[in-house]
Amino acid sequence: MTAAERPRVLDIVEQCQTLFDDLDLKAVKAWKAAAPGRKAIGYMPVYVPREIIHAAGMLPVGIMGGGDSLEVIQGDAYYQSYICRIPRSTIELGLTGRLDSLDGMLFPSICDVIRNLSGMWQLMFKDKYVRYIDVPQNYEDAIGGEFYRQEMQILRDDLGRLRGTPISDDEINASIRVYNDNRAAVRELYAYRAARPWQAPTSEVYLLLRAGMVLPPEQHTALIREYLVAAEQLTRARRDNARVVVTGSFCEQPPLALIKSIEMAGCYVVDDDFCLVSRWLLDDVPADGDPLLELARAFLHRSASTAAKYDARREDKGVFLLHQVKQRGAEGVIFAAPSFCDPALLERPMLQDVLARQGVPYTAFKYAENTGQMAPIREQAGTFADSIKLWSATA
Amino acid sequence: MNTSPIAMPRPTGTAKRPAAPVQKEDAMWLQKELINKNYAELAAARAQGRKVSATFVPGNLNELLMCFDFARSLPETNALQNGMRKKSGKMIMDAERDGQSEDVCTYVKADLGMMMGGEVGPTGEALPRPDLLLLSYTGCFTFMKWFELVRHKYGGECVMLHVPYQADGHIAPNMRDYVVKQLKETVIPALERVSGVKFDIDRLRQYMRESARAEEDLVAVLQSARQRPSPIDGYFGAVYYIGPIFTAFRGTPEASQYYRVLRAEIEERMRLGKGPITPDGEMGEEKYRLVVEGPPNWTHFRDFWKMFYDEGAVVVASTYSKVGGVYDFGFRHDPDHPLESLADYCLGCYTNHSLPSRIDMICRYIEEYGADGLLINSIKSCNSFSAGQLMILREVERRTGRPAAFIETDLVDPRYFSAANVKNRLESYFQMVKQKRAAGFVPGAPDAGGPPQTIIPIAAH
Repeated sequence: MTAAERPRVLDIVEQCQTLFDDLDLKAVKAWKAAAPGRKAIGYMPVYVPREIIHAAGMLPVGIMGGGDSLEVIQGDAYYQSYICRIPRSTIELGLTGRLDSLDGMLFPSICDVIRNLSGMWQLMFKDKYVRYIDVPQNYEDAIGGEFYRQEMQILRDDLGRLRGTPISDDEINASIRVYNDNRAAVRELYAYRAARPWQAPTSEVYLLLRAGMVLPPEQHTALIREYLVAAEQLTRARRDNARVVVTGSFCEQPPLALIKSIEMAGCYVVDDDFCLVSRWLLDDVPADGDPLLELARAFLHRSASTAAKYDARREDKGVFLLHQVKQRGAEGVIFAAPSFCDPALLERPMLQDVLARQGVPYTAFKYAENTGQMAPIREQAGTFADSIKLWSATA
Repeated sequence: MNTSPIAMPRPTGTAKRPAAPVQKEDAMWLQKELINKNYAELAAARAQGRKVSATFVPGNLNELLMCFDFARSLPETNALQNGMRKKSGKMIMDAERDGQSEDVCTYVKADLGMMMGGEVGPTGEALPRPDLLLLSYTGCFTFMKWFELVRHKYGGECVMLHVPYQADGHIAPNMRDYVVKQLKETVIPALERVSGVKFDIDRLRQYMRESARAEEDLVAVLQSARQRPSPIDGYFGAVYYIGPIFTAFRGTPEASQYYRVLRAEIEERMRLGKGPITPDGEMGEEKYRLVVEGPPNWTHFRDFWKMFYDEGAVVVASTYSKVGGVYDFGFRHDPDHPLESLADYCLGCYTNHSLPSRIDMICRYIEEYGADGLLINSIKSCNSFSAGQLMILREVERRTGRPAAFIETDLVDPRYFSAANVKNRLESYFQMVKQKRAAGFVPGAPDAGGPPQTIIPIAAH
């Protein structure tokens, strides 16, 4: 095949794979080098208001751990064996200089491990801006919303100081528009995959999401839309796979090989909770009002659900997951949680109970971001897909 | 400070003393009676038409719950009491068979296992299902899942009090305002609705006055360990001392009386130059003075303690004894600002402090209590404490020049207590301290262990 004949979709995937493999953040360095004074701010899963970073003219950079290609040596010296892997690989990235291009790091409120990592970062990287992003577990506008607005105001003031001038409302509203467009593109991507999963394998969709962790949002949006056009131009084989939702992977990410293994085992992943920051806010945020107020309202009333977020009422538990199942026409759910992930593993029995009551089949396993042995996962996912196809009432 | 003679109430004998003569101070027996009394109250709550609340130790709003006449259950206390009575192992395995992961907190699993097993509490009395789960979300993310799990399985209303984390080492005004607003607009209305009792702020003030008295005496007891020999063990012994104030008794006259008695008892020991009482009697010569970070193991509590006092090691200060309230840096419940003070209490619990603040606190303890070094008991179940402890170890060693050691156990899972390993580590550590001394280190000396390090004081609330 000549270069001219090579389908464009493969080039896009290759570009994303290169970004995914690049633990040295060369793309971030290149972005910074393109204009003097540019700054980049890292953030960990699950969600931060990237609009504020973008409004400061800075590049938001998602740090999703070290994956399966990073040898963790120093990071292991900071954690006991019963702590998950993402904090140790993140420390490894920091101590080996791979995150030097970042001018700051944000640690969202996910769990005790990431919370404590924020303090460790303060001690280890004293010359960098470090902030813990507390998000409200009270969903009243005047209470949790006001608290969150004030937390965002602190971030806005800090980043304004870092760049030398305050961040205006107009700048944030402009960034909200940029991210509205980005989220719309991600929604289109997810809708397309759910409709034609053989045309947009999750191993590719995932790489596209990961590209959004390092690319400026405008560029990422364009890339997604280009992918959607290119994917449609390459006809791929349609298989009789089981349609599944993967859940529990909202923080430490599964290795790419694990996603491929699930697909090779006979599953089409039609929804998931990977890189949730890309679609945490479920619809457009108004971009013509008080921007922090609107971001707070969107967080409180129109955001995704994870184990790190309180369900105010018993009957709210599992509603988001069930909606994913129904909206995407899924036939089952795969609970894929990182080992030692307290939120995901404590949430799991409740979600399984909700699914069982609704007759939705599920299976569960644990992984680490560097899990190397895929045979057991392939076997389990394959058996699950077979059981859906052979025995499910909906088959 | 209270200097008048105190009429010492004698233990009534409702805390059953085992046949093998375990030695305890009178205050320890009184403490046990108080805890047992609370279980009896919980068991009788339904018959008496009382509503039942459950809430966690860190950030527990006992004074507020008492304003609504709730019988008060504390799930971690139930789990640890079951652990000490060797009942938690089965409960944990029952919960795992019911779908809980082997990776997660064993307090949660012991609690769920207890509920699955007919809700028989540690004392053998049946515990009622709570009418209200007060989710004071302080310093531990697992709390949220814990009460969601209980609510999912057994129903009941859950009310969230989200307490922001002190990531920057202080309480910012918006953090306090947020907690106060939740108290006013979410928590108190829910307590009124479930209990049917109208909120009376003067009643709250009165309870808080009692709290402050008890807190004053508790601090005097904990700080007695600055003396040589220390009259208390600030970890194993402190577990008894903190029992009433960290649970269902803070704010009651009984707790105030308990702490007056305890303080008098400890001051008498100081006057006589005595060391702590251990389960085997008076402790012998004080050879090592340690600061301990992290909760104790409960399933082998006495064996664990014995490993220390057999070697002449006394814990002079611990972070665990601050988990339900950090009082020794100045905080007291303030009846003149009741809701703001409750907010500051919740915000100030030990595990709600940032890692740098925790390190500062430990360094202060080492200096002020003239400790030989730091021992970290890292708990598998508790990421809130454990994540980052190896960094704490490095930093404390670097700043103080005193040796630190690390052991691993669990809260209430007996499968994670390896006595031989723990004992070996401890013995090696004591050897290390001895060698350090032989090299000229004198604990408490201002320049001991190398160049002086700046210790940033923790802001008093």
